Amino acid sequence: MQLTGSQILLECLKKENIDIIFGYPGGQVIPIFDKLYDEKAIKLILPRHEQGAVHAADGYARATGKVGVCLATSGPGATNLVTGIATAYMDSIPMVAITGQVKTHLIGNDAFQEADITGITRPITKHNFLVKDVKELAKTMKEAFHIARTGRPGPVVVDIPVDVQNALTEFKYPKEVHMRSYNPKYKGHTGQIEKLAKAIANSQKPVIYAGGGIILSNSSEELTTFVRKTQIPVTTTLMALGVFPETDRLSLGMPGMHGTAYANHAIQESDLLISIGSRFDDRVTGKLELFAPKATIAHIDIDPASVSKNVEVDIPIVGCAKQILTELNKIVKKADTEEWLKTIDCWKKKMPLTYSKDNKLRPQYVIEQIDEITKGEAIIVTEVGQHQMWAAQFYNYTKPRTFISSGGLGTMGFGFPASLGVQLGCPDKKVFVIAGDGSIQMNSQELATAVIENIPVKIAILNNGCLGMVRQWQELFYNKRYSHTCLAKGKYCPDFVKLAESYGAKGIRITKKEDVNKAIKDSLKYNGPVVMEFVVEPEENVYPMVPAGEALHNMLHWDEPNCA
Amino acid sequence: MKKGKVDKFTLTVIVENKFGVLARIAGLFSARGFNIHSLAVSETEDPTISCMTIVVIADEKILEQIKKQLNKLIDVVEVIDLTNRQYEERELVLINIKVTSKTKDDIMRVIHTMGAEILDVGKNTITIEETGDTKKINSIIELLRPFGIKEVVRTGKIAIQTEGEKREN
Ligand SMILES: Cc1ncc(C[n+]2csc(CCOP(=O)(O)OP(=O)(O)O)c2C)c(N)n1
Repeated sequence: MQLTGSQILLECLKKENIDIIFGYPGGQVIPIFDKLYDEKAIKLILPRHEQGAVHAADGYARATGKVGVCLATSGPGATNLVTGIATAYMDSIPMVAITGQVKTHLIGNDAFQEADITGITRPITKHNFLVKDVKELAKTMKEAFHIARTGRPGPVVVDIPVDVQNALTEFKYPKEVHMRSYNPKYKGHTGQIEKLAKAIANSQKPVIYAGGGIILSNSSEELTTFVRKTQIPVTTTLMALGVFPETDRLSLGMPGMHGTAYANHAIQESDLLISIGSRFDDRVTGKLELFAPKATIAHIDIDPASVSKNVEVDIPIVGCAKQILTELNKIVKKADTEEWLKTIDCWKKKMPLTYSKDNKLRPQYVIEQIDEITKGEAIIVTEVGQHQMWAAQFYNYTKPRTFISSGGLGTMGFGFPASLGVQLGCPDKKVFVIAGDGSIQMNSQELATAVIENIPVKIAILNNGCLGMVRQWQELFYNKRYSHTCLAKGKYCPDFVKLAESYGAKGIRITKKEDVNKAIKDSLKYNGPVVMEFVVEPEENVYPMVPAGEALHNMLHWDEPNCA
Repeated sequence: MKKGKVDKFTLTVIVENKFGVLARIAGLFSARGFNIHSLAVSETEDPTISCMTIVVIADEKILEQIKKQLNKLIDVVEVIDLTNRQYEERELVLINIKVTSKTKDDIMRVIHTMGAEILDVGKNTITIEETGDTKKINSIIELLRPFGIKEVVRTGKIAIQTEGEKREN
């Protein structure tokens, strides 16, 4: 039987076990939407902006590990996906973005709503396709999903002209993918793995520096075994929070610009740094020449291009973290770290993450309360700014995929729409959004989606009346010249409670510290989306802080305590 | 990372003969700030595959990154760094040289000595073609420069691996 391109597309999605997609209609995807109208096996979530769709698909992928799928029309629909695609690309999130395109014969003619989306997204996708022949569609979809989820994952765009959506052909979904030019390598080199085991045996001050690759490869368990077996302390990057329980003695929390002082000192003092699925981002390393100066550096990564890109690596191991950790766990022994752990305990005691515990409503307190009330079992999704860093610092993550945030691109407007995908992917979980008053306004229109689809996310806006993270830099490095970072000029705007209510969501305003606990509990009792506006101290700063371009141990306002 | 000595390196890049491949390669170089000295593309004996010869300007570290990033592109089948291999390289150049009755004989002598081919002789211009390795092409340009070169068009280098001895240079 012959099917149209649109039918074939949906059949392909079903073959890939996709039961939910995030999409917005338009002229060049009407045929696909028409087939979706009768489709029982695939639910389409309609956001209020294509950017909402792509971030929601991304959040869904981050929370579930499955491929997120979004769909938009040609031209403006497709270009509205761009920020979300770049966000997914920077954090290696598996995603397939489907876009409509003008008719094949019109491509290149500046047709109505034409945009060269494969050209535009080339540098921000793992790969992309323009399907010019319906006979190629099934094979292309198979390859798109394969590319998105294998190796180092990433977003793939499939651009489908509207005439291809309507053209007829026989549907046959290929069972396997054969691509001579794409064969990711999973197995690590045995000799190198043995070399690392030897280095561990000879090390006195080893540190594991675990990144998002641990989550992407689902190897949190293998990592935990590795850490426990070797007794090596582990620092988890923003992308890896929760891969090892932060409540454990061996956890150092997050490294980097706003990392814990003890993680940063441990890295700087270490004699062996074992990076697993992390990529030596400048927000982690600080000044490169002075990063981990005493350490032999081992790097486990699936992407050969990540190895020795920023930092010269002594023991590179290319392959999948899961397989390599499994091999390592067979041969490693407990390292000689007792003295080292005592030093670290001392650092932890003398340089804890902290803030002023007075009677003021401080943003960190809100995060701690959410942690306490949810017993650390919620999924925290963040926007970008100071609140993001506090959410990373003051909630104790103990499981992978419970902290969801735009790391590499740092996209304001990501968190709230992403949380919708997270909640739809994990209906039994409590999902909290930690937002700033700036970020939330970038995609607040998705309150309509949350209400209409009854997606019960709890949104905590830490309202400081300003673009706090930028204001902090202006305070510290630009002489307090607050150029255009004030959102509330004597008057808070909008009224977030009214905004929530206008959409039919519940709105709560909290202005006193003593009301925080009750508000969070109330939000959980309410079966639907809730906006909590916490009117917090406006000039609170995120500390510790390593100024950009400084060495990791040069944190502002910190003196290294004598723990050696 | 430390800066090493910058040099020219020749890469053979085997790619799928697909729509947009050249844009992917060119885009990669511009996005990551890599320098291309020359780039030549053509079909091969296998119509589904194209061969690019890319001469890059880089130090060893950046060369490593260029190779890895090229390999990462889905449509790239293979990247061969010719640096430590045996290979032959050729380039073709077309040159318009200013000519007067006074200089004509001298120009002709250079052309014959170098074994270049004359394509056209006009009243004011001689057009020649020369093939050879980069060294040879550079030297004919230098020899002709004093007479007045009006225009130079070069193909960029193409290269092929050989079985024979490693060439010196
Ligand atoms: C789309 C986008 N635009 C600009 C920025 C730059 N930026 C980073 S943090 C920040 C301020 C965020 O303000 P808010 O959401 O209120 O959070 P706060 O820092 O106050 O907690 C800005 C403007 C960004 N990261 N993303």
